[in-house]
Amino acid sequence: MCLGIPGKIIRIETGMATVDVAGAKKEASLMLLEGAAVGDYVIVHAGFAIQKIDEKEAAETLKLVDELIEGMSEV
Amino acid sequence: MKYITEFRKREQAKGLVNRIIEAATKPYCIMEICGTHTHAISRYGVRESLKGALRLISGPGCPVCVTSTGDVDRAIELSRRGGVILATFGDMMRVPGSASSLQEVKAAGADVRVVYSPLDSIQMALDNPGKEVVLFAVGFETTVPTVAATILTAAERGITNFSALALPKLTPPAMKALMDSGEVDIDAFLAPGHVTAIIGAEAYRFLAKDYGSPCVVAGFEPIDALYGIYMLVRQMEEKRSDIEIQYKRVVTWEGNLKAMEVMDKVFEEADASWRGIGTIPMSGLKIREAYSSFDAEERFSITPAAEVPDPPGCACGEVLKGLITPEECKLFATACTPETPVGPCMVSSEGTCAAYYKYEIRSA
Ligand code: SF4
Repeated sequence: MCLGIPGKIIRIETGMATVDVAGAKKEASLMLLEGAAVGDYVIVHAGFAIQKIDEKEAAETLKLVDELIEGMSEV
Repeated sequence: MKYITEFRKREQAKGLVNRIIEAATKPYCIMEICGTHTHAISRYGVRESLKGALRLISGPGCPVCVTSTGDVDRAIELSRRGGVILATFGDMMRVPGSASSLQEVKAAGADVRVVYSPLDSIQMALDNPGKEVVLFAVGFETTVPTVAATILTAAERGITNFSALALPKLTPPAMKALMDSGEVDIDAFLAPGHVTAIIGAEAYRFLAKDYGSPCVVAGFEPIDALYGIYMLVRQMEEKRSDIEIQYKRVVTWEGNLKAMEVMDKVFEEADASWRGIGTIPMSGLKIREAYSSFDAEERFSITPAAEVPDPPGCACGEVLKGLITPEECKLFATACTPETPVGPCMVSSEGTCAAYYKYEIRSA
């Protein structure tokens, strides 16, 4: 039930964001999130944006995984 | 799909599985607390692929499953009152109370409606001025702020025919109760990404400090879960017990302050009753006095939930505490299936029994 889906904010109007979730448009309230802007990726849960997604950290996580796996194949 | 597909790559997942198996010198017992993890770990075969190397057990992290029979009965009782529309998350519809489920009372004529967002119940109240809309709100810290925001919205807009039967539950006290019970041997915790997106990873500090238990907050895609498990194994191999964040793209140490502020405005801590576990002190929330006109318990003078035992033979309580796996319940896949669920762990798609039934059943 704590499922949250990543999506990109494409519009904001009076505290409501239109979020592109894998091509489908969803409405999400911004009542719980400070400083969200058009273009941001957010996690949408039960009709609310609950957190922003940090692009740099996402890339960093994937890099760590790759390094770990590559390290293994060299052994 | 950005932030999804790149965390589901098969090659990377395989590599991580190998890395974990290679690193683990002991079959550590790791508990995933969250139903969304349970589902993902079963669905992507993570439990299966690490079998023998690690023991991955599921905890009490499905909000539907831990809702007590007595509380389901109370929602059913409310839905039967004249003039009430009971709004609920879809997952709760089929959860058995002591005599029936919401789905059954709906079929018998009660006005029970499924909402995707708690906010939908506000629109429902506006559209049905002659009715009382009651939101049956179960959930953990991910969902509670959305319920709080809905109550604040109702207050701001002066809506008088809306209230909530709110039964929020808190994750850290449940983890603490599990550790204190001493019943189950947990070496480390995989903590839930979206609960922690709200409360912040600092909330688990007590696990490392008081119990020497490593804890990693992980995301829900297979790469996230696997890398989180790898981080736990590495800690244990290095004899460390730290709190670490794997899901850094969403989770911070302090959490979502705005969401917590909204939650705190509407709710205060209270004891809560967990199915199979019983009452855990200060493990839930109740609506504050200032918003009591939105509290269905007050508005309809409903009595606290009675303690109702689980259906005969159902071992949900033990499954929720990680004491047994679903296969060890005598009813699993015989009397109890997703079509004919006996306990809530088989109803919710995130229930441990449902996840095992769907993804892990051996044909043998
Ligand atoms: S298999 Fe069914 S009866 Fe057994 S513990 Fe799970 S939900 Fe309860």
